Amino acid sequence: MGSRASTLLREEEIEEIKKETGFSHSQITRLYSRFTSLDKGENGTLSREDFQRIPELAINPLGDRIINAFFPEGEDQVNFKGFMRTLAHFRPIEDNEKNKNPPATEPLNSRTNKLLFAFRLYDLDRDDKISRDELLQVLRMMVGVNISDDQLGSIADRTIQEADTNGDTCISFQEFMKVLEKVDVEQKMSIRFLH
Amino acid sequence: MRTNSGVICMIFVLFLCCTTGKCKLEETKPTNSVSLDTVKPHPNDIGEPQPYPEEEQGKLPVFTMNYSRIQIPFEFTLWVLLASFSKIGFHIYQKITIWIPESCLLIGIGLIVGGIMYSVKEEPPAVLSSDVFFLYMLLPIVLDNGYFMPTRPFFENVGTVLWYAVVGALWNSIGIGLSLFAICQFEVFDLQDINLQENLLFASIISAVDPVAVLNVFEDVGVNEQIYIVIFGEGLFSDAVTVVLYSMFAFLANMPAIDSIDVFLGVARFFVVGIGGVLFGLLFGFMAAFTSRFTSRVQEIEPLFVFMFSYLAYLVAELFAISSVMAIIICAITMKYYVEENVSQRSCTTIRHVVKMLATISETLIFFFLGVVTITTVHEWNWAYILFTLLFAFLWRGLGILVLTQIINPFRTIQFNLKDQFGLAYGGLRGAICFALVFTLGDTINRRNLFVTASVSFAKVFYIKIRRTNKDLNTINVEIHTRTMEHLLCGIDDLCGQWGHYTGKTSRDSFKMFNDRFLRRILLRDRKAESSIVSMYKKLELQNAIELLDTTMGDISAAPSLLSLQDEKKEASRPKKKFKATDIRKMHDILSKNMYRIRQRTTAFTSKYSLPDDSQTREILIRRHASIRRSLRAENFREQPAQNISKSLRYYSLQPGGNLDSALPLRRRSHAIPEVDRLRSSGVSPRSSSRSLIPMSKLNTIEEKRSPVEASVASTHPLEPSSTEDHLDEVFTGSRVRGRRAPVPAARRRGQNRVDEDEDENISESQGEERHLPPRGWAPENRDLGANEAGNSLLRPSSLRSQRSWRT
Repeated sequence: MGSRASTLLREEEIEEIKKETGFSHSQITRLYSRFTSLDKGENGTLSREDFQRIPELAINPLGDRIINAFFPEGEDQVNFKGFMRTLAHFRPIEDNEKNKNPPATEPLNSRTNKLLFAFRLYDLDRDDKISRDELLQVLRMMVGVNISDDQLGSIADRTIQEADTNGDTCISFQEFMKVLEKVDVEQKMSIRFLH
Repeated sequence: MRTNSGVICMIFVLFLCCTTGKCKLEETKPTNSVSLDTVKPHPNDIGEPQPYPEEEQGKLPVFTMNYSRIQIPFEFTLWVLLASFSKIGFHIYQKITIWIPESCLLIGIGLIVGGIMYSVKEEPPAVLSSDVFFLYMLLPIVLDNGYFMPTRPFFENVGTVLWYAVVGALWNSIGIGLSLFAICQFEVFDLQDINLQENLLFASIISAVDPVAVLNVFEDVGVNEQIYIVIFGEGLFSDAVTVVLYSMFAFLANMPAIDSIDVFLGVARFFVVGIGGVLFGLLFGFMAAFTSRFTSRVQEIEPLFVFMFSYLAYLVAELFAISSVMAIIICAITMKYYVEENVSQRSCTTIRHVVKMLATISETLIFFFLGVVTITTVHEWNWAYILFTLLFAFLWRGLGILVLTQIINPFRTIQFNLKDQFGLAYGGLRGAICFALVFTLGDTINRRNLFVTASVSFAKVFYIKIRRTNKDLNTINVEIHTRTMEHLLCGIDDLCGQWGHYTGKTSRDSFKMFNDRFLRRILLRDRKAESSIVSMYKKLELQNAIELLDTTMGDISAAPSLLSLQDEKKEASRPKKKFKATDIRKMHDILSKNMYRIRQRTTAFTSKYSLPDDSQTREILIRRHASIRRSLRAENFREQPAQNISKSLRYYSLQPGGNLDSALPLRRRSHAIPEVDRLRSSGVSPRSSSRSLIPMSKLNTIEEKRSPVEASVASTHPLEPSSTEDHLDEVFTGSRVRGRRAPVPAARRRGQNRVDEDEDENISESQGEERHLPPRGWAPENRDLGANEAGNSLLRPSSLRSQRSWRT
């Protein structure tokens, strides 16, 4: 599978992905082989089932949402570029990137984009607000069975209360970012990709 | 409760002292009660000359006491109990363990008991002799280390681990030894009687890393798995390495002169020892695995083989003076993989429990004796030596880590930064095992060693305390969102499958091929059966799961019920609740206790003293399946969905079960499922969650035509509704509509399209077997559980992960 992988991925594509996401050549090839190993249908795209086949995701409380994050709105297949684009969010922020001329568009793994990714885990309907029930849904997922609805409801209320500055009982992205300003997002949302 | 354990402790202590005291007195005279089993041939024959004239020839004694007969096991049991009671006591007194690690508390108790014994002028039981230690007490600890070691990360880092262990140990011991020797030269400290070899000897012991200490440390420092595995592995190997070094230095210490050939021989010996250990471990591991293949009829003794073979490995290695520690570790690793596949779930659990239990006992005892012996042996206390040892130990360790890391970082894919290095260095503190090693020596110098090592262990305490920072009072937001991010990161990490995914053919791949082709065939009972749903299903404790579902899940509603959602929309704004500080604190409490932890890849990470915890995994899986089950029930009685469910209800997960709107499989099957279209067209977006449910149940009913498996599903389906009609009303408000779990159709599809793994086929087949008598509510569970390959491997907890890692 290793050899097959590299022949299927053309150099231009690698270059494109490299430019867009910032991964290195070897990282891209490595992730491509992972992509193909997940792609059981061998049609160059991954569907949700392919992701769900990963056992560790099944026991991740947010597994389904994570999988969902890979698929752009309304689509059910993700190709390698899309795959890499999503993964690019988790690249560590390198210091030298800050030193160079800031790229024209914000890199995918900037702090804001990382936070946006996390925000989108909550905000499924993409209305740029986390409503109370969206929050409740995620809370329910993350919490064991011993918590009653009331308690969860209060927790959700408190969460919104803490974050909500404009009084619309929803958490907007700006509010979300503000609440997490002290958190080392770069470290919490970065994976060291193997070279 | 609290005082009880203390009281019991004291009672035991006193009792112990009394009995040990008493027995000394009683040893000299035989007791009267021995009459019945003495050499005396004819108790009734009064007239004969009697060999024991002093014995009374009287009535039959009604109440006798024979202490000397049971003395040794009795005392041993009392000691073990005492140590264990202390352990219980610490856990009851939760607050103490926050400040002082358990090991030090045990040492403390040991000190107290030792003090008591000393004042009563008693000797501690001579159980901690070298033989006893090496033959009995070290073994369970090492076995525990090896058995619960996460294999895959370990093997990926084996180069680094060996590097740090071997070279690090050498560096440390030589460095410390030389520095101490230099210090000894100063007349001020009055230590000139210690020569170079002895110093080196001592240093080799000091420089070993103890994994027990490490775990304590790492609970505080946020460590990543790479570091963890390196430290863990280093700890394991350092046992071996230390032993080798120690014997080498001991040997050298006796030689008048050292020339280069000896050094060369030493190196050669090291290799012999190491590789020999590995070979013996492999040999016995395979023997155990092979034996377990045939034990299906004698399941009760299955655990025995695990222990006996590892013990054999240990003893044989000792016979040849090869690193027995390595032998056991390798044996345990090998054995575990195959044995756990062959053996029944109960035996599996038994093995794990017993391993953990023995290890905990041993460790407890060792710490305990550390304390006792410290007081009761004659000691020389030379402050200078001790302080310098401490100083040099830290110094050299830190330097060593820096240098070694510099050298090896270029070879590693994931490199160690400074923070990591600090963690590595810090983890190099010593602990119980090496102390015991020291104690088993017997000359003058070693009493000093005794003290030093004891003090080093104590020093560890305070360091740990220092590093423990207060948790800032995070806002609830931060707490929730950081946990979300952690889960997210774990998920992505798993998704990337970085552990072991190399682009080329690696030795792991070739091993895997070899493994699949030869080893598994020989050593496994039934190559196919294992990952199939049958065995997995059996292993899932049905009763537990059913109970869990029926009690708790019934009460848990989905996120807001439809009704409340509508209410919310009607309300212009909710009145703002005021939250008191206590409420908030309670919330923090609830969250921290109840939020699911992120999966721990390295099982031993969470706690050395307990078994890997799979309850969380199980709970998550059960919730998923429950929601699938509910959704299936709902499916049979679908009505026109309420139209005003917002889109956001679409993606439920876990509480509401896993929900991913997979339109694709829907479409694929729609040609075969006319009803799907109907349902789909009826409630497209609002009930998308339920729409996504459709393929599942429908799929199965369709499948039933194709495979006998599903036939029984269809037959059991009708059973369900009757039992759950009451549920359905609530279910039906829409809030409880669960998302579906795509893996089911996926598995089907997989089974039809491509069989890349045996599991898929087995799933369908074995479901047929299992299905003939499903408990009522379980039919869909069956299928779902089965269909999910993930469920297969996951329900045997994290250790399975390492198994899977061998497999994938």
